Amino acid sequence: MNFLAVKFRSVSDRIARAAGLDVRLLGMLFMMAVIWLTLDVLTGGLFITPRNIFNLSLQVSVVGIMTCGMVLVIVSRHIDLSVGSQIGFIGVFGALMQNAWLPIDGTSTWWITSLAMLGAGIFIGFAQGLLVAYAGIPSFVVTLGGLLFLRNAAFYINSGVTVAPLNETFQLLGGGLDGTIGVFWSWVVCGLAIAGVALIVWRSRRRRSVHSMAQKPLASDVLMVAIWAIVIAVFTATMNGYKQPKTDIGMGIPIPVLILIGVTIVMSAVARKHRFGRHVFAMGGSSESAELAGIDTRRLTLLVFMMMGLLCGLGSIVTTARLNAGASVTGTMTELTVIAAAVIGGTSLAGGIGTVYGGIVGAVIMQSLESGMILMGVPTPLQRMVLALVLIIAVWVDTVYRKARRA
Amino acid sequence: MTALVELRNIVKTFGGVHAVENVSIDLAAGEVLGLLGHNGAGKSTLVKILSGVFPADSGDILIKGQSVTIRSTRDAKALGIETIYQTLALSENLDCVANLFLGREIAGWHGFMNDEAMEKKADATLNRLRLRLPLLSKLVSSLSGGQRQAVAIARAIQFNARVLIMDEPTAALGPEETQNVATLIAELSNQGIGIILISHDIHDIFGLASRLVVMKNGRLVGTVNTGDVTKDEVLAMIIAGKVPEARQA
Repeated sequence: MNFLAVKFRSVSDRIARAAGLDVRLLGMLFMMAVIWLTLDVLTGGLFITPRNIFNLSLQVSVVGIMTCGMVLVIVSRHIDLSVGSQIGFIGVFGALMQNAWLPIDGTSTWWITSLAMLGAGIFIGFAQGLLVAYAGIPSFVVTLGGLLFLRNAAFYINSGVTVAPLNETFQLLGGGLDGTIGVFWSWVVCGLAIAGVALIVWRSRRRRSVHSMAQKPLASDVLMVAIWAIVIAVFTATMNGYKQPKTDIGMGIPIPVLILIGVTIVMSAVARKHRFGRHVFAMGGSSESAELAGIDTRRLTLLVFMMMGLLCGLGSIVTTARLNAGASVTGTMTELTVIAAAVIGGTSLAGGIGTVYGGIVGAVIMQSLESGMILMGVPTPLQRMVLALVLIIAVWVDTVYRKARRA
Repeated sequence: MTALVELRNIVKTFGGVHAVENVSIDLAAGEVLGLLGHNGAGKSTLVKILSGVFPADSGDILIKGQSVTIRSTRDAKALGIETIYQTLALSENLDCVANLFLGREIAGWHGFMNDEAMEKKADATLNRLRLRLPLLSKLVSSLSGGQRQAVAIARAIQFNARVLIMDEPTAALGPEETQNVATLIAELSNQGIGIILISHDIHDIFGLASRLVVMKNGRLVGTVNTGDVTKDEVLAMIIAGKVPEARQA
């Protein structure tokens, strides 16, 4: 079997390299396609429908937003177990703000609360980051403490009572019936996105030719843009294909999905093109080498946790707005889904290796399995058991793949 | 003439153990200085103080006669003091270009890096040093020992280094690669860079250094000109801790 794996890898590697493509990503996308088709057959055609894909993408947003941060946390050879509890605590905090301290119908309430929730996330990340980076306590311990502390703080600050309802503008941030941008604007976004992809590829080609450096084959770049254009257009059509109840009006892209796409683009750029991301990867590969190269690894660690907190704040805004309530139990077990998504997406728990887009694909795979099993009527405990096995198998496959690559 | 670098009366203890006891050395521009001693003689500790890994308990560091404070590797690099560690301290999970510019990436005010500019400059540096690497986009983990050494050397001197510290520079290399490093050291010294070579093995650096400093048990044994002594005499210094009569430089 190992021999076959190596053989397959060398052939597929050569084809992919000739086309300038990322083999790992292709593998994961292939896995996702298999899962989707299988679930569609098993649910009797219920899975690949505009309605289900719409809901799926809404469900993916929160986990996806946080996975973007978790990838970098794990790459830096740390872990954050407190992200689920952060969601809960920040959610109750934001809901209390709207109900107890600010006029709930105020026109500024939504953005003041949102900023405060983001700020709360950054502060939590700052506190945990200080303990990890400067007090030298292992992140596993600090954030395990954070998990317990924040979950119970979420309960304590409002005696466990769920805070509802929320400001109406704020609710739009969670998606739902009105929380989409509609058919017309969805097509506008679609057009801009395709133009954006083309522009990025064109600028990269031009920059390389200015510096007279080796180019990817033109055909491969054109193919790349074409594939992206098709994916973006099909996605938009699907979102528009899901109609509002009892009407013929398409829903369009939900706001949380737009947030997720924005976060993914920014975090990918930060990971691959920004000095911060470069240093995070260096530190995850070897903290000592990074230190000797003049990188302030303690400050960097602090920043990594603050970034994770910021994304938890954002995730909390979306979840809380979607539920239209701040409940102390919101986000329970989310830390496991987020970590699993990052790991399934190819982030190495040993540090130094991982990609943001891989994490997003991992999040989609996790959410697809869960939502597919719900459609099939699989009981909840069994769902969880399957997901647990999937996580273990994914890491095993990844280990085999990496070994084969090194051989 | 003022020395390029002067370490005066450096003292460093680790939990009661005297790692470096009142040691003074100096280095001129363009000079190749060998720092010899057994494992645990204090030579690595001494240069780690110069390269900013940790501070001295007491003593002064002077660059061109000016007293300086070095609190971190960043401070040392800012003064033009570059170090190639025995382990090379490369990030294996990053490619060559990323390693060459680690901590000193070419980026705009927003922190986003200019990959093309870095790749071009890396190419130019390697050409200037006549170092050969297969592909700059290769991960360091896939390079051979000699290629890794090339990346580490290029990284150290591409930012106008004035002082280059090399810890066991040829210990892990084959004969041909060792010869390349020797040629490179001669060339860098011609350019006026002061070089400190650290080794526990006299054979590694006898032909490279013009002056030798020997340490034992944290103390300075003595300094000799390479031309005035035999290998056996230096070996005696390392083992017995005594300077041969009338050889003192």
